[in-house]
Amino acid sequence: MTLDEIVVPPIQRVLIIGAGIAGMQAALDIANAGYEVVLVEREPSIGGRMAQLSETFPTLDCAQCILTPRTVEVGHHENIRLRTYSEVEAVEGDLGDFRVRIRRHAAYVNWDICTGCGLCQEKCPKRVVSDFERGVGKRKAIYTLSPQAVPNKPVIDRQSCIYFERGKCRACEKFCPVGAIDFEQEDAVVEERVGAIVVATGYDLYPLSLMGEYGYGEVPDVIDGLAFERLLSASGPTAGQVRRPSDGAEPKEVVFIQCAGSRDPERHKPYCSKICCMYTAKHAMLYKHKVHDGQAYVFYIDIRSAGKRYEEFVQRAMEEEHVLYVRGKVSRVFRENGKVMVWGTDTLSGRNVEVAADLVVLAPAMVPKAGAGAVAELLGLPTDEHGWFTAAEANFQPVETGRPGVFLAGAAVGPMDIPETVAQASGAAAKVLSLFARWSSEVTVT
Amino acid sequence: MKTSYFPGCTLNTTAKGFDNALRASFAALGAELVELPEWNCCGATFPLLVDNMLDLAAPTRVLLAAQEQGDRLAIACTMCYNVIRRTNNRLRADADALEKLNYFIEDEYRGGVEVLDVLQILRDDVGFDAVKAAVKKPLTGLKVAAYYGCMVLRPPAEVAYDDPENPRALDDLLVALGAEPVEWPHKAECCGAYLAVKSQEATAEMSYRILSSAQRAGAQAIVTNCPLCQFNLDKQQLDMGHQHGGYNPIPVLYFSQLLGIALGLDTTDFGWERHYVDARPMLRERGHFA
Repeated sequence: MTLDEIVVPPIQRVLIIGAGIAGMQAALDIANAGYEVVLVEREPSIGGRMAQLSETFPTLDCAQCILTPRTVEVGHHENIRLRTYSEVEAVEGDLGDFRVRIRRHAAYVNWDICTGCGLCQEKCPKRVVSDFERGVGKRKAIYTLSPQAVPNKPVIDRQSCIYFERGKCRACEKFCPVGAIDFEQEDAVVEERVGAIVVATGYDLYPLSLMGEYGYGEVPDVIDGLAFERLLSASGPTAGQVRRPSDGAEPKEVVFIQCAGSRDPERHKPYCSKICCMYTAKHAMLYKHKVHDGQAYVFYIDIRSAGKRYEEFVQRAMEEEHVLYVRGKVSRVFRENGKVMVWGTDTLSGRNVEVAADLVVLAPAMVPKAGAGAVAELLGLPTDEHGWFTAAEANFQPVETGRPGVFLAGAAVGPMDIPETVAQASGAAAKVLSLFARWSSEVTVT
Repeated sequence: MKTSYFPGCTLNTTAKGFDNALRASFAALGAELVELPEWNCCGATFPLLVDNMLDLAAPTRVLLAAQEQGDRLAIACTMCYNVIRRTNNRLRADADALEKLNYFIEDEYRGGVEVLDVLQILRDDVGFDAVKAAVKKPLTGLKVAAYYGCMVLRPPAEVAYDDPENPRALDDLLVALGAEPVEWPHKAECCGAYLAVKSQEATAEMSYRILSSAQRAGAQAIVTNCPLCQFNLDKQQLDMGHQHGGYNPIPVLYFSQLLGIALGLDTTDFGWERHYVDARPMLRERGHFA
């Protein structure tokens, strides 16, 4: 019996899951090469974690200043079909012809009409704690993530909206000058067909609620690195002034604790999260820049500053900004008399240390972004015991998976900094482009 | 419900009050503790070296005695609990160790005994709701700092039946007894334990931190489940005024003493006279003592 020959034209389009800097870089590389990109992002706007940052190490570049040209480019690129506030629901097919079902959540705002004027956000009476602000700031029930959001169109958070809760208000609808509010809007499901997929789902931080030694996240003036980043950010909830959450006072004694949950095989995560030594030095420096008479302490186990000009950066924090580096772990943090008491140890002097801090900033372990596991299952991809995506081979195939046509990029794979993430993304894009280049003529499958 | 019970050396002597109050309370709650007919000292510290097998021999003999009586062993002294439970863990996980020890003690422990802290039994088997229902004289208005010490919490994977960072069992018991447990940050900090033998200053300081913290939190008494903690926190207060001017002593009680009072039992042999800081005046003043 012979097999019939069929001709299958492979599709030279790529699906990228996640529009943080990894997803965006891969998207731009592939789109600029002339191919179509479907870029799916769960949040209402793109930019990922970098959009939450104030400045980046080691250059102290303003994060928004270097990010927004790229988000705008992605938002306007003729080859990039941007689908935000959306999630991949199902994937069928294989290399060359993946059929992907994407659900776009109801935003209750008609984005075709919306001009991004922002009046709805101004007039909305309901304030809720914002995830983007990592708990140190609020947003409205109708919101964009930040003033520089791309697309600059809001969504209504149904859970918090007064209208959805009890039928009242509708202030956004009243004030919208173009009638873009649509409470009847429903989820929309579309199907896209692509030839390759790049997974760039990014990371989250280990929850403080799991760390009893640091107060379970219930002590108001014990926050994580991303929350401190929001306090430092000029577009953040305190307009860049360092204020502590409990009473809005400017903290004069700030304790930074590295390895909160990392390098802790007994209780939390065994691995090193790579970026925290650097961003903690950055935080301590920026704190000193803003609060000249403040004192910053950093409790550390080791200093991992392996990148280009990274070590010099950390030394600057120590020598120029006089950040006090204490080698030892903190065993407990608790509230007393309006201060956060920090019990640590200084192994180099062999003495225990107690600091009565105004604010404590933890550098929690990096963990895979929530929902990464679901994406792994959809695509049949293996993850390790911590949920990080597993590359096909750690040494020579860091951006490939065991599944042909499916690639990885960025912190979805494990802790990494911005330059490494961008390099990985270009690597994944190169793999995709190499496929597409070979597919420029029809392929015969027997 | 009856459970085999290992009192240990201290509850048999200097902490007899703790023991008496415990047995009376548990009997009243229908959870009688039946002392092992024969037992020996547990050794009081779990060996720090993995290949120190000799120190496991005494606890193994205790487990053997328990094995004769059934498959559960209740222990009140937290140090005994720590040693015997960890020995049990080791024997269950390491067949080689079990064989060596059985050979040495010339008997056969099979690893089937469940080692439980009495507070754990109170919480999980009796239940704090049942305790509350049996309370005849609620300790209303009594602000107490629940102090857990180290031995029932660390190492967590081996011995803890409660959250090692923020344990609640004693606090919840106090609520069931009608008292008001205070929120305070030192509930699981070390009192110095047997450092008392080597360095009075160290234990004095460690105890002071705990005692002053409890008082800052508004506690009128501290309640504990460990005889060594009770000793340190109690006795150190006698000289505390020398180092810390204006220091006010505060009674340090065993949870079973408060439990016995709340259950309306006869408290005569609860060991009140053994306390360095007499608890009776404070309790009497608040109407919780005859």
